[in-house]
Amino acid sequence: MCTTCGCGQADLRLDGKAHAHSHGHGLGSDRGGRRRVSLEESLLAKNDALAAGNRRRFAERGILALNLVSSPGSGKTTLLEQTILRLQGRIPVSVIEGDQQTSQDADRIRATGAPALQINTGKGCHLDAHMVGHALDHLDPTEGSVLMIENVGNLVCPAAFDLGEAAKVVILSVTEGEDKPLKYPDMFAAAGLMLLTKVDLLPHLRFDVAQCLAHARRIRPDLQILRVSAQTGEGLEAWIGWIEARRAVAQKA
Amino acid sequence: MHELSLLEGMVQGLEEEARRQGFVRIHQVRLEVGRLSGAEPEALRFAFGPATEGTLAEGAELVLLEAPGTGLCRACGAEVEIGARFDPCPACGEGFVDVTGGTELRIKDIDVE
Ligand SMILES: Nc1nc2c(ncn2[C@@H]2O[C@H](COP(=O)(O)OP(=O)(O)OP(=O)(O)O)[C@@H](O)[C@H]2O)c(=O)[nH]1
Ligand SMILES: [Mg+2]
Ligand SMILES: [Zn+2]
Repeated sequence: MCTTCGCGQADLRLDGKAHAHSHGHGLGSDRGGRRRVSLEESLLAKNDALAAGNRRRFAERGILALNLVSSPGSGKTTLLEQTILRLQGRIPVSVIEGDQQTSQDADRIRATGAPALQINTGKGCHLDAHMVGHALDHLDPTEGSVLMIENVGNLVCPAAFDLGEAAKVVILSVTEGEDKPLKYPDMFAAAGLMLLTKVDLLPHLRFDVAQCLAHARRIRPDLQILRVSAQTGEGLEAWIGWIEARRAVAQKA
Repeated sequence: MHELSLLEGMVQGLEEEARRQGFVRIHQVRLEVGRLSGAEPEALRFAFGPATEGTLAEGAELVLLEAPGTGLCRACGAEVEIGARFDPCPACGEGFVDVTGGTELRIKDIDVE
């Protein structure tokens, strides 16, 4: 286990290669007998410190980093493909893909021409700041670019782990039910933007959009929500506009 | 189920602490777990064994100091206890409750040698 950068994930893989780096560290000498050591330290302190490091790296290079979170299959990768196409030639985009297994999502992103790096978390149910830090070393996003981080599909755990992003974007597809904001409130509370996706399917479903939005706003009264379809392109202009506005802020900072 | 990775992160921090403070074994870990911290006491207890296996905390006792969730109602102003974030105010039944306590998830102290 690496205590320098915090990698306990033996089965973590970056673009298929096992993540390994050796640095010896012996235990310090025994300085006396049994005693109580007061720590008062958050369990997330380590992740938060690494996230702050990532955030500094983004700020230095004017990079807008977004952390895309949702349950599995809500349409994150499809949305990213469409987003990249629409930003092509104007704003460079690179992508970090987090999945437990396979490099399929990174392959799909590369097919659009954008650089992508796949992180396989193995049993891990979320990305953490340490994984993203290593991915940045490999991916090296260009100055002034947008970095999209597609988290592992999971509406619970990724909420707790700051990656250093400017904002979490929570994606909820209309096939998942309008009650999800109430069932997974931490994720919606942590989000800077909510995308209601696959709205092209609404005519086929009994999904109450107004109720879903009301649930989300009960958790976060000021949450901005955009309705989009990666299939028809509906609402994507507003999403692109949101990215451009946030990128302008990232570059000024 | 991120309790396991939280505890794995904790153990890494403890190993650093061991080198700084010169201890080689941990007998007990006391964790403060707020009701609104997002971590489940049961899951923490369950994951503690696997997370500490083969480390200086292997076999250590885990003591959980559980704290209630507390908040202030925007509507009636009452100081209330809540079981979950975003629960409506139990005093007036409708107000949005701003959380004031119970989100902590931290190591209070450890018993070492
Ligand atoms: N009708 C419709 N289908 C969509 C839309 N977006 C994605 N899909 C479909 O939803 C399925 C899942 O899409 P993905 O983009 O792979 O979803 P994901 O969130 O990246 O999935 P994971 O990474 O496995 O969590 C695919 O079959 C897509 O074709 C949409 O806007 N409308
Ligand atoms: Mg995907
Ligand atoms: Zn009240």
